[in-house]
Amino acid sequence: MNSEQQIIDSNLKKEYEYGFVTDIESETLPPGLNEEVIRIISKKKDEPQWLLDWRLKAYRHWLKMDEPKWAKVVYPEIDYQDISYFSAPKKKELASLDEVDPELLATYNKLGIPLEEQKMLSGVAVDAVFDSVSVATTFKEELKKEGVIFCSFSEAVKNHPELIQRYLGTVVPYTDNYYATLNSAVFTDGSFVYIPKGVRCPMELSTYFRINEAKTGQFERTLIIADEGSHVSYLEGCTAPMRDENQLHAAVVELVAHRDATIKYSTVQNWYPGHPETGAGGIYNFVTKRGTCLEDNSRISWTQVETGSAVTWKYPSCILKGDNSVGEFYSVAVTNNYQQADTGTKMIHLGKNTKSTIISKGISAGHGQQTYRGEVKIMKGADHARNFSQCDSILIGDTCGAHTFPYINVRNPSAQMEHEATTSSIGEDQMFYCNQRGISSEDAVSMIVNGFCKDVFKELPMEFAVEATKLMEVSLEGSVG
Amino acid sequence: MLDIQNLHARVEDKPILKGINLAIKSGEMHAVMGRNGSGKSTLSNVITGREGFTVTQGDVNYKGESILDWSPEDRALAGIFMSFQYPIVIPGVNNTYFLKAALNAKRKHEGEKELDAAGFLKLIKQKLAELDMDTTYLQRGVNEGFSGGEKKRNEILQMLTLQPDLAILDETDSGLDIDALKIIAEGVNQFRNVDRSLLVITHYQRLLKYIKPDVVHVLIDGQIVRSGGKELALELEEKGYNWLES
Repeated sequence: MNSEQQIIDSNLKKEYEYGFVTDIESETLPPGLNEEVIRIISKKKDEPQWLLDWRLKAYRHWLKMDEPKWAKVVYPEIDYQDISYFSAPKKKELASLDEVDPELLATYNKLGIPLEEQKMLSGVAVDAVFDSVSVATTFKEELKKEGVIFCSFSEAVKNHPELIQRYLGTVVPYTDNYYATLNSAVFTDGSFVYIPKGVRCPMELSTYFRINEAKTGQFERTLIIADEGSHVSYLEGCTAPMRDENQLHAAVVELVAHRDATIKYSTVQNWYPGHPETGAGGIYNFVTKRGTCLEDNSRISWTQVETGSAVTWKYPSCILKGDNSVGEFYSVAVTNNYQQADTGTKMIHLGKNTKSTIISKGISAGHGQQTYRGEVKIMKGADHARNFSQCDSILIGDTCGAHTFPYINVRNPSAQMEHEATTSSIGEDQMFYCNQRGISSEDAVSMIVNGFCKDVFKELPMEFAVEATKLMEVSLEGSVG
Repeated sequence: MLDIQNLHARVEDKPILKGINLAIKSGEMHAVMGRNGSGKSTLSNVITGREGFTVTQGDVNYKGESILDWSPEDRALAGIFMSFQYPIVIPGVNNTYFLKAALNAKRKHEGEKELDAAGFLKLIKQKLAELDMDTTYLQRGVNEGFSGGEKKRNEILQMLTLQPDLAILDETDSGLDIDALKIIAEGVNQFRNVDRSLLVITHYQRLLKYIKPDVVHVLIDGQIVRSGGKELALELEEKGYNWLES
């Protein structure tokens, strides 16, 4: 019996003390949320007391909060007592790709995902000698050599409690917002990264992560710390369509950049968007992502390509505390069929000579509804702060919508602000020009849209830029008649 | 190659073409001249199948088949090319990518192997040199930030690369200085051969100094009122269009 199993078992026994009846056979808690559930989660994970206390504070605070209604999205009421808050990260393994939904495989092939990776993504059992696994091990060793810590959140709680205790909740406090507070109470796992002083992380933290991705739960927690003068590029997500039985996803990501440090965080999100004609069964993605440029000359850059989910509520933000710190937000969001997205960013300028750039590209097709919501705040002490915002939307067809709500709040007269916004439809003239050169309408749309997104795609790590291009094609399939 | 019979077409409710008859054989170059609003551009748009132009009567036959029901891309793949009067900008899509996609769509249609990046680059570099164009062109967006002359040159570059059977040059000479005009004319002349046909649509005869049409047609109010040899172009230059109006 391995130690993990022992921990789970011993915790399962303890549960009884609290009078909570659970089916020992299954590793999933019955639906419902109360303090006992949180205690069980914490125990199952063998957490220290302070973390349990933090979870409980969050839970008690959450009880007093109301679900936010200001976003321009519509979805049925969520019954939080009807959700199971702990499910062992174990997936049923399939014997071969033949057992996988052929539709899913077709999409994988369109995206050009290698066969071995397809197996992994769809939960097919893979050989112990499977390349990526050994690659992952090699990566781990290389990272270790540099002193980089890259592990699951639970492992970090065990092995690096001092770092977790020092940074957890410092960027997104447990009181922050309804979903983040819920996450703070019930989060199950996630990732932890620490880059030591002066280290430039020798690789994109991506390939490795994709291997682990298949096991992430619905309440994920990620914490990335870049110490003085360090540099890291982190990629989350996957271009492959991800299905999940859990409809609600409320993740929290916290980034901390110390003096002269740079964090580049890229996301490619392609959760199941729901039934193409009804939107039924799609994922609700209510995420809180925020980074603090804690000290001088630090830089945080968010790049996101959002093509999935039924409902997206997401505002990766930067708090520019250190002087000369830089915050960036590059976003492409696609809403097709019945998808809805309310997304954008917040740039809070506190330090002197802080600079932020926002480039947001929204594409709506079918009955998709999309909102850009962004806030740029220049606080009193932020002398000579600068912001450049550009929000462009493109509409395909006449049943979709694009909305832009930029909030600008300037309290320092030396600030320089620039804001540009455009909304256009794919021009008949552009389509005809492509057609006249023998390019089909489908290819023309994907070409025009990819051109439109270029400023954002070029911010993605190379390999993902290529995949993102293909992803756009697949996401917009069937959007022209 | 192209046989237009009694073609009537309208834009929205307005009749523009009122019975055009025009036959272009393989190897021939025809020029259609006319003032603004005479229907020149409508003619080229109807031949290429653009949305918004409704044919109410008559037929357009290409290589012996009526093409009025064909989609614009099917017409293009069959070998009909138009050099646009106002070339379209597609921001962020670079010329290399665009032209390679177009060429490969055609090659695929013809059952040929698609060109890879290296093969395409070799081909395009040769064409660029012929038109005295810079290789920085390849990295720029399609017509993005191009001057009027650069846009027109780009159209001819596309023509030379795609090697159509029927090329329609819609006001290709407008907005060009004399040097650019000469380079383009050279490109067009080099393109001409016994298997290809050209339809040159123009307002002025200055392009016709450098490329000699076999037949010149004068279009007034949606009808061809006179056809003749290349000397007709010179006559128009001298006398204007008024003397042809009824």
